Amino acid sequence: MTLDVRMPIGLFFVLVGALLAVYGAVTLHAPGASPTGVPIDLVWGGVLLAFGVVMVLLAQRARRMGV
Amino acid sequence: MTHVAGIDYAVMVLYSAFVLGIGVLLRRSVRTSEDFFLSGRSIPAWVTGLAFLSANLGAQEVIGMGASGAKYGIATSHFYWIGAIPAMVFIGLFMMPFYYGSRARSVPEYLKLRFDEKTRALNAVSFATMTVFSSGISLYAMGKLLHLLLGWSFDASILVAAGVVLAYIFLGGLTSAIYNEVLQFFLIVFGFAPLVFLGLRAVGGWPGLSARLATLATANGYAPGAYTRSWAFMGHAAQNPVGVEWFGLVMGLGFVLSFGYWCTDFLVVQRAMAANSMTAARRTPLIAALPKMLFPFLVIFPGMIALVVTPPASPPATSAQVAPAPGPAVTVTATAAAAPAGVVPPKLDPRTGAPLRDARGRVVLDYDLATPMLLLNFFPAGLLGLGLTALLASFMSGMAGNVTAFNTVWTYDLYQSYLRPGAPDAHYLAMGRIATVAGIAISIAAAYVAASFNNIMDFLQLVFAFVNAPLFATFALGMFWKRATGHGAFAGLVAGTLAAAVHHGLSLPAGASVGVKGGYLGVLATFPSELAQTFWTAIVAWVTCFLVTILVSLVTRPRPEAELGGLVYGLTEKPRDAVAHWYERPVVLAAGVLGLTVLLNVVFF
Repeated sequence: MTLDVRMPIGLFFVLVGALLAVYGAVTLHAPGASPTGVPIDLVWGGVLLAFGVVMVLLAQRARRMGV
Repeated sequence: MTHVAGIDYAVMVLYSAFVLGIGVLLRRSVRTSEDFFLSGRSIPAWVTGLAFLSANLGAQEVIGMGASGAKYGIATSHFYWIGAIPAMVFIGLFMMPFYYGSRARSVPEYLKLRFDEKTRALNAVSFATMTVFSSGISLYAMGKLLHLLLGWSFDASILVAAGVVLAYIFLGGLTSAIYNEVLQFFLIVFGFAPLVFLGLRAVGGWPGLSARLATLATANGYAPGAYTRSWAFMGHAAQNPVGVEWFGLVMGLGFVLSFGYWCTDFLVVQRAMAANSMTAARRTPLIAALPKMLFPFLVIFPGMIALVVTPPASPPATSAQVAPAPGPAVTVTATAAAAPAGVVPPKLDPRTGAPLRDARGRVVLDYDLATPMLLLNFFPAGLLGLGLTALLASFMSGMAGNVTAFNTVWTYDLYQSYLRPGAPDAHYLAMGRIATVAGIAISIAAAYVAASFNNIMDFLQLVFAFVNAPLFATFALGMFWKRATGHGAFAGLVAGTLAAAVHHGLSLPAGASVGVKGGYLGVLATFPSELAQTFWTAIVAWVTCFLVTILVSLVTRPRPEAELGGLVYGLTEKPRDAVAHWYERPVVLAAGVLGLTVLLNVVFF
């Protein structure tokens, strides 16, 4: 294989997670930003970001080990 | 219309850029037709496993299962816990050694190796036709949904989505489709998980959801647990919202339809054939089964929640609006949508825009909008973009699955076999790319046919069901009975398909009119629901195919055993597991999968 699929997946979720988290933080107190009372953009953005980082690290680790 | 903010568009654009980028990066690795059609048999099991699952995650899965969740409740989980997992375990343990070990490049090619040319041709033609039309139906559903919810142009929606899928398959072939399916899998999980969390939180968790659905069940004439218990009311068709009794469910869905799809459909089998070893190919459906058994929580729960949830006080963006096409737009604000039931809006008359009512005067709900409406009501800008992208991803992964299966069957089983045998490999690689363009073009045309003549597409789907239902009998006899012959298999398939058409033509679901729903040969039997009729039609088709194949095989000349090595159980050496740890062995994985599935059935019994 020429491409470890975890790398693009990780990068995608890092970018989307960061985008959502920043947007969630900026609009935290804006009307309609948390219709359910949960700052979900901020929280879920963080979850996506963490997942993306894990995927990127796994891809890098595999590359170092030559898997 | 629901307002889609800049951040939502940003997520969608980012997703499109990544799927196209994956195609571009993989272009260099496609040098031969085997690279393009079979990924050079080089992909690890966890990747092919998630792709195996994701190729099936089309519109029907995400939107359709949400709709069924709203209509039937947790009983919809039967489509997973008995309608998928046992078949996925069976193909992994028992059938994959023949598909992968025979070095067949497609499922129709296996039929040629095991039986004969005519059986392969019959399967290849029907499968190729089915895949492009299925892809078109999915495309139509996506365009209609985006127009209905967001006011996007139907034409632009399907052309852009089809264009993206075309680009990444054209460039990177099956590998590109598989890689994107893995991305799409994670996107669907992360896009819908917060929807379930927010929805459950709004109804008071599982106890709150059960209590609300119990009230609804009682109002609809069922026992209080009818929407939240999967088996307890399956004793009689009248006691559950599905309208099916346990025998029809287990035999029709759990055996014939489930094994017929998961064990013989090249769309999913192709993913396992791309695995980098026999053990990886066998583990592919078993790995897919692990997330598959949890998908009811992700795709069925939103439908159940949408039926009874009270939408948040302040809708996130603006009002959600449902526009019948063609006709005037009818505003269904988050609050107004709750009037008939939760956030599921009523089905509208396409001519007048007024809500449709059934024979008893009750408002007919548009269950297909259950999940999308929950999404619009509970997701703020930002997360809405993620949710919409997850929906788009599900449409694209389903379409890509169909198109990659189509280009392979067309090129190997039809073009190379009958139109241009003996050409250089580069020629077939080019033909694969041309077939990809043609497959997408036919899908788009089929989407417009569906938009103009809805009944024609219903009819086509019906014909596909007739063709699919008997297939598992042919494969089961072919792989496990060395006496089965090519003439027997062909006659069985034709007889099974005809039997399905005759059974459907002589029966009708309660309350339906004669036509595409059945009864066109006269009504001899009435079923309590459409699903019950479908399950019994499948049973009749399978039994007919099974018996006719045996009878015709017994009076025709079998192939010499020496020619059947690697194709038939008993004449093939048992595969050895090449794994580092005992727990990676397919049989151990299968035992774990089955154990967890039994547990889920018990918990929701």
